[in-house]
Amino acid sequence: MSDLLASDLVTPDAGEAPLLGLASVSILKVAPLTRFSFRARTASVKKAGAAVGIPLPIKPLTSETATKRAALWMGPDEWTLLAPEEDLQAVVTGIGSKLGSEPHALVDVSDRSEAVIVTGEKAAWLLNTGIFVDLSQEAFPVGTVTRTVFHKAPVMIWRIGPDAFVVEAWGSFMDYVAGLLIQCAQELEAA
Amino acid sequence: MSQPFRTEKGGRIDRAEELTFTFDGEELHGHAGDTLASALLANGVHLVGRSFKYHRPRGILTAGSEEPNALVGVYRKSDQTPNLRATQVELYDGLQAISQNRFPSLGFDVGAVNDLLSPLFPAGFYYKTFMWPKSFWDRVYEPIIRAAAGLGKPPKNPDHDTYGNLYAHCDVLIAGSGPSGLAAALAAAETGAKVILCDEQAEFGGSLLSETSATIDGKDPAVWVAYAVARLGAMDNVTLLPRTTAFGYFAHNFVALAERVTEHLADPDPRLPRERLWQVRAKEVVIAAGAIERPMVFPENDRPGILLADAGRTYLNRYGVKVGHKVLVATACDTAWQAAFDLADHGAEVVGIIDLRESPPESLVAIAAARGIRVEAGCVVTGTLGRKRVKAALLGRLMTSGQVASGGQIECDALLMSGGWTPTVSLFSQSRGKVVWDAEAGAFVPGKSVQKERSTGAANGLYGLEASLADGYAAGEGAARAATGKSAAIAHSRTSGGEAGSGGTLGALPHDRNASRVKAFVDYQNDVTAKDVKLAVREGMQSIEHIKRYTTTGMATDQGRLSNMNALQIASGALEKPLTDVGLTTFRQPFTPTTFGLFAGISRGDFFDPVRKTPSHDWAVAKGGLFEDVGQWKRAWYFPENGEDMHAAVERECRTVRKSVGLFDASTLGKIEVVGPDAAEFLERMYTNPWKKLAPGRCRYGLLLNDAGYITDDGVIGRLADDRFHVTTTTGGAASVFATMEDYLQTEWPDLDVWITSTTDQYAVAAVQGPKAREVIAPFIEGIDLSAEALPHMSVREATFCGVPCRLFRISFTGELGFEINVSRRHGKMMWETLAGEIEKHGGAAYGTEAMHVLRAEKGYIIIGQDTDGTVTPQDAGMTWAIGKKKPDFVGKRGLERPDLKAENRKQLVGLLTRDPKIKLEEGAQVTILENPATGTPAEGHVTSSYFSPALDRTIALAIVKNGHALEGKTLYVPMPEGSIPVEVAGTVFYDKEGARLNV
Repeated sequence: MSDLLASDLVTPDAGEAPLLGLASVSILKVAPLTRFSFRARTASVKKAGAAVGIPLPIKPLTSETATKRAALWMGPDEWTLLAPEEDLQAVVTGIGSKLGSEPHALVDVSDRSEAVIVTGEKAAWLLNTGIFVDLSQEAFPVGTVTRTVFHKAPVMIWRIGPDAFVVEAWGSFMDYVAGLLIQCAQELEAA
Repeated sequence: MSQPFRTEKGGRIDRAEELTFTFDGEELHGHAGDTLASALLANGVHLVGRSFKYHRPRGILTAGSEEPNALVGVYRKSDQTPNLRATQVELYDGLQAISQNRFPSLGFDVGAVNDLLSPLFPAGFYYKTFMWPKSFWDRVYEPIIRAAAGLGKPPKNPDHDTYGNLYAHCDVLIAGSGPSGLAAALAAAETGAKVILCDEQAEFGGSLLSETSATIDGKDPAVWVAYAVARLGAMDNVTLLPRTTAFGYFAHNFVALAERVTEHLADPDPRLPRERLWQVRAKEVVIAAGAIERPMVFPENDRPGILLADAGRTYLNRYGVKVGHKVLVATACDTAWQAAFDLADHGAEVVGIIDLRESPPESLVAIAAARGIRVEAGCVVTGTLGRKRVKAALLGRLMTSGQVASGGQIECDALLMSGGWTPTVSLFSQSRGKVVWDAEAGAFVPGKSVQKERSTGAANGLYGLEASLADGYAAGEGAARAATGKSAAIAHSRTSGGEAGSGGTLGALPHDRNASRVKAFVDYQNDVTAKDVKLAVREGMQSIEHIKRYTTTGMATDQGRLSNMNALQIASGALEKPLTDVGLTTFRQPFTPTTFGLFAGISRGDFFDPVRKTPSHDWAVAKGGLFEDVGQWKRAWYFPENGEDMHAAVERECRTVRKSVGLFDASTLGKIEVVGPDAAEFLERMYTNPWKKLAPGRCRYGLLLNDAGYITDDGVIGRLADDRFHVTTTTGGAASVFATMEDYLQTEWPDLDVWITSTTDQYAVAAVQGPKAREVIAPFIEGIDLSAEALPHMSVREATFCGVPCRLFRISFTGELGFEINVSRRHGKMMWETLAGEIEKHGGAAYGTEAMHVLRAEKGYIIIGQDTDGTVTPQDAGMTWAIGKKKPDFVGKRGLERPDLKAENRKQLVGLLTRDPKIKLEEGAQVTILENPATGTPAEGHVTSSYFSPALDRTIALAIVKNGHALEGKTLYVPMPEGSIPVEVAGTVFYDKEGARLNV
């Protein structure tokens, strides 16, 4: 995994105050970006990667990143593609022209989710207050991505650094997810 | 302050830090490091509670979580937590504790009359007594029994505290930190394995903390504990969890731990949770739960001042408390002798050691002799004297005949007893392992492992310090190797002293008393005596499971850890069957009582369940809108203005929509994007309607059935392109429709080139409905022609709204000209506020779900789940028009061919008009043919929807009625308490039957 992993793509929203800023963990809202759900059969995966400018990962739970692009494995025939907000049309055109009539589905889900970056030495601890996945670096190395649940809400988590995670939830679940993350972090402030 | 039973030195308490606490209002003192139990004993307080059934005075019996008697209430933040075990409550300054199950006071308790009346309360008393007269159960018996039952008072207020949760994974989880547990942790940690070590007590070390007569590596065992804990604490791969009970062992090595985070603090930081639930997935589990001592079953073995011998030793060596000044020790095994020696060495008078065995080990007898302690071998306690504290014990001498001869009495103010040791196999049993009888140990020990666990040390029936350490090292090494494949060498510590003792007894001891008049307790907490167990057998109970339920022995919070073995032996004797044939009951979760708060965790208040809000939510709140819950969604219900009540607000909203224009938030409807070359084919197979000929840019109402042929969902589907559809579902059905589609795609039709993506949260949707709808949206829409010719009813276009891309549907759920605009959720607020401003110019209003329901009912549009109940077919609903007759197949097609779905007499959806237009029917009311049917007459159907319709200026209703379609024009009745309401059966469309208002 490269050092620039997603850093130029998933960035804190400059216009928003941090949701939480403790010494050991902070929660930052992510600025808008383009998100696609891409579905296709195996035969089309290479071509799609070439069209997006990044190979689509085929190893489960992994991600690939390049400048201004990221591809996240969501399932054997499903990827989440990330790009800067302004590149939405470019991705649509790119995939459309490369794949042509090869069966595939590209759906704009840019605003379906909202994302926060949870970062700090207690980031994994905080996520594990509601996520049952083993988030140790051996089991969940940088670059790993998965859909899971945080308490009672479906979320996607993506490790973008040893102590940094992107947590995505559907927009209407974000109040719950962010609210609980903040509540569960409360005890870290205690002496 | 005087603590008359405190030793002069020794113990692990901080003598420099004196703490003040109260018990039943009396101010007492203790030290940091005390438990409530040890502090009470230091003050000479043994009487701490009244027993459950007979209200007998009871004292502290143990020093651990198995304590059956010392259940207290502790006040904090002006509320009380009942039933805490005083042996586990750590003392803090200002602690307020109260005793339970006594009235008016602990010393004088009127309930104690039960003890005198005890011949009237045999085992099975309730079953025998309250059977008749039958009618008395509800009115008399149950209320009285309920009032008398239970220990402690439930807290009155909502829980002040918060509770944490943490999911964790580890290679080796070790439950228990005695010699075996610590050794296992050291050995496992050395390999680099991820280790979690938990112990229910405040300090690690278990029995080592009370062991003063042995050494490890030449040092006091407690020093070795400190070294081991420091070493473990310094390792990154080790998590140490004191005050943490492994209370549940579930499938796949999933173990639940309860960590008490702040309970021991006088003034905890409110940001800290009171407790934390650890949900641990361990590759290997080491159970080092130790063993607990068994009480001896002799008459009056329950008086305050009678404790287990090891508890007496623990109070002395760990807490610096003598349980009495004149202590009698009664035992059947070696270990209790050491308690006597330690007490004597601390200046207590040991008035005697009474050993059941004819010839106890000579080495022990010699040590006793050296201390001048009287030893009686072949001797038992046959009774005790004293009411609120033991005063003396009656002795009995065992004769070769098996009879007991009186051996006089001996004065004492405390009696320590030991019937031997019982391995704690609870967690092993929870892991679904079966215990096996170890004749040599005289105990049930863990048998074959079912999960990836191993028991070590005393939990495995293995005693003696050297053996426990060695077994622990081996268990830790073995577990780490099994989990990680790695091993490491670790220097094993050497011990001296702490040898395993021998001896032990099971069951009731012989005595020379009148057996029918004395009580020898087997289960202290549930007040079960040896007599009760024998009675259960006499009355026909043979299985231990039946005996347990009949007598309630083993059904207290310790699940029989103290009582099971004695009860089993008594039953075995009465049944004249070997003990192993009587069986052992199963231990279940939780190991010790666990708070509800721990399980509830964050699921309370605002976070009980996710609350999903739409982008118009804040606007609706500011507008004074009321909300209703639809699944997890908050939907605006209605928007009262100028003090309107609900009826007036809804009526105004409905009239506004029909007259000018209304604005409605439809964001919660489920949305699924179906994409791929086979998209039309897929929908053709899922929905009843035909899709292949639907032109891009057009919409169609879709009806979804289940395999059985019943309606499960509906919604409008727009075709955006040949290979792309925008499907809408009901709000509540969104998730299940998506899952059903995915299920069919993956299991039935994997060959189809089509994929589905949920877009529910991608779009915010505003419905603009009413004659002026076009005028309202026109200023903001660009890129398309909105005219009726270019954009007819049931069309969809991609356009922009205020420059933002949108999907514009011309559809209607009101019967009026209508548009639904989909923009990205991010722009939903902007869209809503723009439109809300615009409709005002046209005399329009926002409307909520209630007005929406009325408007759709006027048009006969059904609501899934309200007008259907999972047994309604398209024919029943009068919707055969929605079925593609020429289609070869669709989900539910074969179901619809079932004879019972084609039969006569099915219930069908109809309209109902009350004869009196002002009467509004109750939804759910029954519909009958006769005005006053005889009681028991089956109903013809029921009312599904009922409203006042402003457009018709009368009430309307929808109902499911048997053969309803054929009854149009006929009069039926809706019987109500105030009288039967005559109704006329009508069609389901009440307003604008021709649909003229839609096509403008």
